[in-house]
Amino acid sequence: MVTVDGRGDGGLIRVRDLDKTYRRGSEEIHVLQGLNLDVGRGEFVAFMGPSGSGKTTLLNLLGGLDVPTSGSVTVAGDEITAMSSARLTAWRARHVGFIFQMYNLIPVLTAFANVELPLLLTRLTKAERRRHVAAALAVVGLADRSRHYPRQLSGGQEQRVAIARAIVADPTFLLADEPTGDLDRKSAGEIMELLARLVSEYGKTVLMVTHDPRAAERAQVVLHLDKGVLVEGSALGAAGR
Amino acid sequence: MRFLGLVWANLTRKKLRTTLTIGSFAVATFLFGLLVTIRGAFSGGADVAGTDRLTVINKTSLIMPLPYSYLSRLQQVPGVAAVTFATWFGGVYQDERNFFPQFAVDKDSWFRVYSEYVVPGDQLAAFMRDRQGCLVGRALARRFDWKVGDRIPLRGTIWPGTWEFNLDGIYDGHRPGVDTSQMLFRYDYLEERRAFGKGTVGWYVVKLANPDDAVKVAAAIDGGFANSPYETLTQTEKAFAAAFAKQMGNIELLVLTIGGVVFFTLLLVTGNTMAIAVRERTAEIAVLKTVGFADTVVLGLVLVESLLIAGQGGALGLLLAKLFTLGGDPTGGVLGTFYLSWNAIGLGLGLALLVGAAAGALPAVAAMRLDVARALRRA
Ligand SMILES: Nc1ncnc2c1ncn2[C@@H]1O[C@H](COP(=O)(O)OP(=O)(O)O)[C@@H](O)[C@H]1O
Ligand SMILES: [Mg+2]
Repeated sequence: MVTVDGRGDGGLIRVRDLDKTYRRGSEEIHVLQGLNLDVGRGEFVAFMGPSGSGKTTLLNLLGGLDVPTSGSVTVAGDEITAMSSARLTAWRARHVGFIFQMYNLIPVLTAFANVELPLLLTRLTKAERRRHVAAALAVVGLADRSRHYPRQLSGGQEQRVAIARAIVADPTFLLADEPTGDLDRKSAGEIMELLARLVSEYGKTVLMVTHDPRAAERAQVVLHLDKGVLVEGSALGAAGR
Repeated sequence: MRFLGLVWANLTRKKLRTTLTIGSFAVATFLFGLLVTIRGAFSGGADVAGTDRLTVINKTSLIMPLPYSYLSRLQQVPGVAAVTFATWFGGVYQDERNFFPQFAVDKDSWFRVYSEYVVPGDQLAAFMRDRQGCLVGRALARRFDWKVGDRIPLRGTIWPGTWEFNLDGIYDGHRPGVDTSQMLFRYDYLEERRAFGKGTVGWYVVKLANPDDAVKVAAAIDGGFANSPYETLTQTEKAFAAAFAKQMGNIELLVLTIGGVVFFTLLLVTGNTMAIAVRERTAEIAVLKTVGFADTVVLGLVLVESLLIAGQGGALGLLLAKLFTLGGDPTGGVLGTFYLSWNAIGLGLGLALLVGAAAGALPAVAAMRLDVARALRRA
């Protein structure tokens, strides 16, 4: 279940009265204003909305990369908005897989080493890490590219490596910020196929920001960010009003 | 360390830049090595001076003599294991510019006190038999291309006339850093030929039974000769060598100044380089933190990178400096010692690492403090 009225049962993610205000000089920008959200396990949610509406801000708050002005975010019972920055960092390592528009791979590391990064923070042995990385690269269909550097890969392949990095430590949920925003139509389709498969086959929970209605169509639920809160809608526009 | 691959990847990302930075460290520490070596040469071996020896000089001035009769009295002072003495000759070999120290020494006791001098047995035996014999250090022999059997004429400046010596042997130091730029000849020959100053010696050297007794024995010696016409000043060989070196001018200050400027410049150069290297990677550092790398780990990664550069460059520079000094004194013997000690190498490496840590500190803290959300937006 995914609800935005603040009366859901939370399930996995529970957001209450989330406010985020940026200050630029004397000007205050109220990006999120009393936002509520409940997401259950195994959901595939797409966030849409015009540029500057606060989609990235929302993902950053959900992933513990930023702290809200007020309100709370609770994931699997842990209230992350109450955590210290050091605990939050450790929490991210265990629970969140991030996927970015620009892939954000480390250019000097091979695909293998990029995917291995999150595992360096675990207690896994080298052999165990190698197995996990190989498995993650196999899931995204790049088992044969593990020794390649990012510059030797296409954009679509880079994004798949980034997805392998996001899933390798088996996080509680995935956050994707416009994962197809920089890709051609074919590659974008493949990436969406992959994300949908992570949800249907592997039971992952995915929250994704996108501008692309085709991409949003793959999600089970489409939410629109409008004036600082979420409203339910369809992939084609802020319907339901 | 499981992050080593990451550090290595960062080090090799801009190979030319990393190489040049390592090169800066190598150049600076090489220079440091040479400066320390030269300073060592000018300190008159103060750094390698025996800790178990005291020098006894005339209290009024180093250049005033002491009576020969003090020898037996010194031998009786408790804590004294052996006594020898020497007199400065001040001869000129061919030309004033060919300066080197010559000492008239007591053939029987000298090597009992200066055990770091090594002379082949047959050469020492020849010296013992030959009243006009002399021994020269390896560096001095090399400087003038002298061989055993050569005749060496010196023009006396204190005791006039031409003095001829037979080169009976060449001594080495049994540890590195021993001054081998000197000439030793027999006191009995000086005593026989000189017209004045008979019955005196330049200074005494006392070997202690136990180095811990230095202060006590020195006090006993000076106390014993107090209120005599020839009062003594007894000090450790190290203090004596340092005082002697002072007459050469303030080499220490010069060396410290040059060394300080070199390391400060190195700090500015590498600090700037590290800052650029880290700034270029802002987005990547943000990604590491996103993935869950703790602030302290990010800090450590930058510091380790900086320290690895410093360590490699420092080791390289000091290794080259060591090899350079092993090649021998480039002045051909003017410098009495030309030796880079392992202590100095350790100090150089420590200084390089300190500069590396300082250069990496600011960028490392900046990386640690990086605000992920903000940095990701900029990427
Ligand atoms: N660090 C910041 N300081 C000030 N304003 C910011 C900051 N980050 C984002 N904003 C502003 O917040 C608004 C929402 O930004 P963002 O979440 O990136 O929107 P979206 O991802 O939907 O395009 C924008 O107007 C943006 O300019
Ligand atoms: Mg955005």
